[in-house]
Amino acid sequence: MKSILDETKPIFLQIKEQLEDSIISGSIKTGERVPSTNEFASYYKINPATAAKGINELVDESILYKRRGVGMFVTEDAKQILIEKRRQSFYKNYLLPLKNEAKKLQISQEELQEMVERLEQDDEN
Amino acid sequence: MKIEVRQLTKRYKSQFALKDVTFTLEGSKIYGLLGRNGAGKTTFMDILAGNIFQTSGDIFINGEKPFDNRNVQANVCLIKEGNNFKKEWKVKEIVRLYGFFYPKFDPRLAVHLLKAYNLNPNAKVKTLSKGMESALGITVGLASKAPITIFDEPYIGLDAAARKQFYDVMLEEYENERRMIIFSTHLIDEVSLMFEEVLILQQGKLALQKSADVLREKIISVTGPKEKVQKFVTDKQVIRKKEFMGLMTVYTFGNRQEAEAQGLEVQSIPTQDLMIELTEKEREDRHEAII
Repeated sequence: MKSILDETKPIFLQIKEQLEDSIISGSIKTGERVPSTNEFASYYKINPATAAKGINELVDESILYKRRGVGMFVTEDAKQILIEKRRQSFYKNYLLPLKNEAKKLQISQEELQEMVERLEQDDEN
Repeated sequence: MKIEVRQLTKRYKSQFALKDVTFTLEGSKIYGLLGRNGAGKTTFMDILAGNIFQTSGDIFINGEKPFDNRNVQANVCLIKEGNNFKKEWKVKEIVRLYGFFYPKFDPRLAVHLLKAYNLNPNAKVKTLSKGMESALGITVGLASKAPITIFDEPYIGLDAAARKQFYDVMLEEYENERRMIIFSTHLIDEVSLMFEEVLILQQGKLALQKSADVLREKIISVTGPKEKVQKFVTDKQVIRKKEFMGLMTVYTFGNRQEAEAQGLEVQSIPTQDLMIELTEKEREDRHEAII
């Protein structure tokens, strides 16, 4: 989790991504309570309305649900939904930049392939 | 609370401090009121608090005019950068006075803050350092719990740690009980994340009023090879353009995804940079159309 936010992106988006990362990595689990709007606001020194915007988008996407008077909780399917969403953007967010950088460095398709295979070998060792 | 500002103008001799300004503030938001020196911020806040009277135009707080209006003024607490208090008064007398004037005043919070800032209740204002006097202003401003609380550069002489303490308490109080807070400062980087909405005044006119997150979403900094960037901004309004080592960066109104799809690097623009760019003197003509 990031300890400070920056102004390079809308703040509500950073709050949203923080929560998504925590759910995907498992540091917040299904059924667990997530920090409240005010807790986010106090921790990051941001406007509570901004924190609420990030949290509410996750409610709309069925990642979080509200229990009146108790707080916000992680839904049953949250992790699965998020993994699916991240998979869909994996190509764009990770492979395209990789391809562009490789092109700049004149790394050929075959070399790239070799590197990916090497990754797997390293994993096994 | 609702503040309606209609064609508000304040003239000092031939000099316009505010010129035909119209906008509305509504709800329990934290507003950032920004602008260069002499932009008209302090004049506006003084009129809002009923301290001075406008040359023409109107200002209404929940439908009522603030000047010489006790009803309205009990809802508005303005803390300025200095000279908030009579020099001969003691700290505790000032706290008592504010408690008398503001119906929702929270004496426990006042005592807590006096302690936190190491203010001696029996000290006279004239014996306080600049920073201590600022701390007293912050104390009574926060404790006033006035539905409209205005801080105009309230921390002259306060060190970074004391300022941080102020932000913490302000946010905590805001979370406990929402109210409208209008915050004017030059230390924008320190507070911009707390703003829900931003207003920028420039030479007596309103240059911009927008939600802080919309600003970070809609006004973007786009970087990439010159031709690519130029192509991206052909049909867009450019706020700033700079070139370095074959790369071009422009500040523009645009869509993040569209720029990213064209392989350009996209970032939001820190509020402080945006304020500087929008109020740059030589560019002022070009910005007339922005709002």
